[in-house]
Amino acid sequence: MPGKIVTFYLDGFRNMRLGRTLWKIILLKLVILFAVVKWLFFPDVLKVNYDSDAARAEHVLQRLTQRLEMEAECD
Amino acid sequence: MIESIDPGQVNWARAQFAMTAMYHWIFVPLTLGLSFLCAFFETIYVRTGTPEWKRLTRFWMSLFAVNFAIGVATGIILEFEFGTNWSNYSWMVGDIFGAPLAIEGILAFFLEATFFAVMFFGWDRVSKRMHLFSTWMVALGSNLSALWILVANGWMQSPIGMRFNPETARFEMQDLWAVVSSKVAISHFAHATSSGFLLASLFVIGVSSWFLLKGRHQLFAKRSIAVAATFGLLSALFVAFTGDEHAYITVQTQPMKLAAMEGLYEGQVPTGLIAIGVVNPAKKTGDDQPPFIAKVEIPGLLSLLAHRKFGTFVAGIDDLVWGNPEHGVVGVDEKIRRGTLAVTALADFKQARKAGDDISAQIALDEFRQHEEYLGYGHLQTPEEAVPPVGLTFYSFRTMVGLGTFFILLFLLFLYQSARRGLEKNRWLLKLGMLSVLLGYVAGQAGWIVTEVGRQPWAIQGLLPVGVARSNLDTGTVALTFFIFLALFTTLLIAEVKIMARQIALGPEGDAT
Repeated sequence: MPGKIVTFYLDGFRNMRLGRTLWKIILLKLVILFAVVKWLFFPDVLKVNYDSDAARAEHVLQRLTQRLEMEAECD
Repeated sequence: MIESIDPGQVNWARAQFAMTAMYHWIFVPLTLGLSFLCAFFETIYVRTGTPEWKRLTRFWMSLFAVNFAIGVATGIILEFEFGTNWSNYSWMVGDIFGAPLAIEGILAFFLEATFFAVMFFGWDRVSKRMHLFSTWMVALGSNLSALWILVANGWMQSPIGMRFNPETARFEMQDLWAVVSSKVAISHFAHATSSGFLLASLFVIGVSSWFLLKGRHQLFAKRSIAVAATFGLLSALFVAFTGDEHAYITVQTQPMKLAAMEGLYEGQVPTGLIAIGVVNPAKKTGDDQPPFIAKVEIPGLLSLLAHRKFGTFVAGIDDLVWGNPEHGVVGVDEKIRRGTLAVTALADFKQARKAGDDISAQIALDEFRQHEEYLGYGHLQTPEEAVPPVGLTFYSFRTMVGLGTFFILLFLLFLYQSARRGLEKNRWLLKLGMLSVLLGYVAGQAGWIVTEVGRQPWAIQGLLPVGVARSNLDTGTVALTFFIFLALFTTLLIAEVKIMARQIALGPEGDAT
């Protein structure tokens, strides 16, 4: 049974025509998205800038209360 | 909003998200609808045993494959943007979105690894019934995947089933069922997926019309049109029904959005519906200027649509911003006061925790719980900030509704001419069928503009404005990635159109999946 499934997939991929082009596009797109775009331009900001979940929570809480803190400073 | 916000950065991040979502929605609705149309075509093939229907199914399946392949993973970019441009938001909703998105990911993986393979590789290798079952599973699975994304979006429009934890600064899931079965999420899902069915029907009709205009594959095209026009008509009627229901729910959950959709500033008893109008761009909430330069109004209709009852009051923008005690409407000015109390209590809680003062922390927490539903309003400085862009929301809504009505007539015309065997003689109708593919996309995009622009300034309705949800990044960085995505998506779109056009030109004889 597992052999039949493998053969099913192998034959399917082998006989593809339009599918070959589509797979090339999918793979190229995934490489661009994950290896280039994500890696170079889209860091997880909180993960990169803070070491622990507690520090991340502290940062977000600070943003949530920032307006009041700024107003207090102005006063 | 907060003084330190760079509006340029927020707007670039918004523009980037909007652009990504709009491109994503070019691919998604066609996948949702075409998967079902392929299932219908194949069901007819299995029931009749006619090879022509198999050829027809395989042709539309090849176009489905092109669209799916080009569109796959375009949604992942939205997740990149969450982590980078909207990191505060992303942190706060991680617990809520985790479950639906994980279910979606697992479902999509198993679906694609199994039934997609049988659907494309399994012709003549598995039984007819097994193949048909796989095609139906792909259709159901694709649409179920959409459910989880729309549940997440629905939660942002109407956040329920959760509680804010001030220790972790996260919204934590309390009741998954409440999130999944929220009336906003359900009506959102029903409306969005059925609009996908409608678009796919237009697509099949448009391509088939081209074949008829060229005098090619006539029987094939007529059969495709007969099925697509039937499915399209039923979908268009369902879209109208779910759209009405969605608007009815919006009155209860996002009355400001509804007011912007209608360009309604002062609620009346009864409230009329502006069928067509030219919005006065100089109009601001609270001033004396007229909201419209020109308008055609249907008296009392908005009351009926909004509350299912004639003669009822529908709150306008001014009522919602400044309050209307006579009709029990709490104004944004009052919500800002309560929101500020929530933010103050949160700050006190934070400070007390830092000082290790548990008693003061508990008092602050109790105070916070009393006002937490207005948390987001504590970040607004003026009540006017709660008003979304009225003109864009108003016109987009009318574009969507107008085109939706037109599509019902179009499907009826195609069905009528199909029944009379008069399709080839009415070349104008075939040309209109081709043009309507584009109009279908316009209607879908307009719908999303209403949904998303109409709920500004909120990332999470009433709880988190976009200015607080965003990350602290350079405007230049966000602008740069905007253009990178613009280039990437445009390339993908050109690839889709080119490959699709080539497949269509090859016709059903050129099946090559």
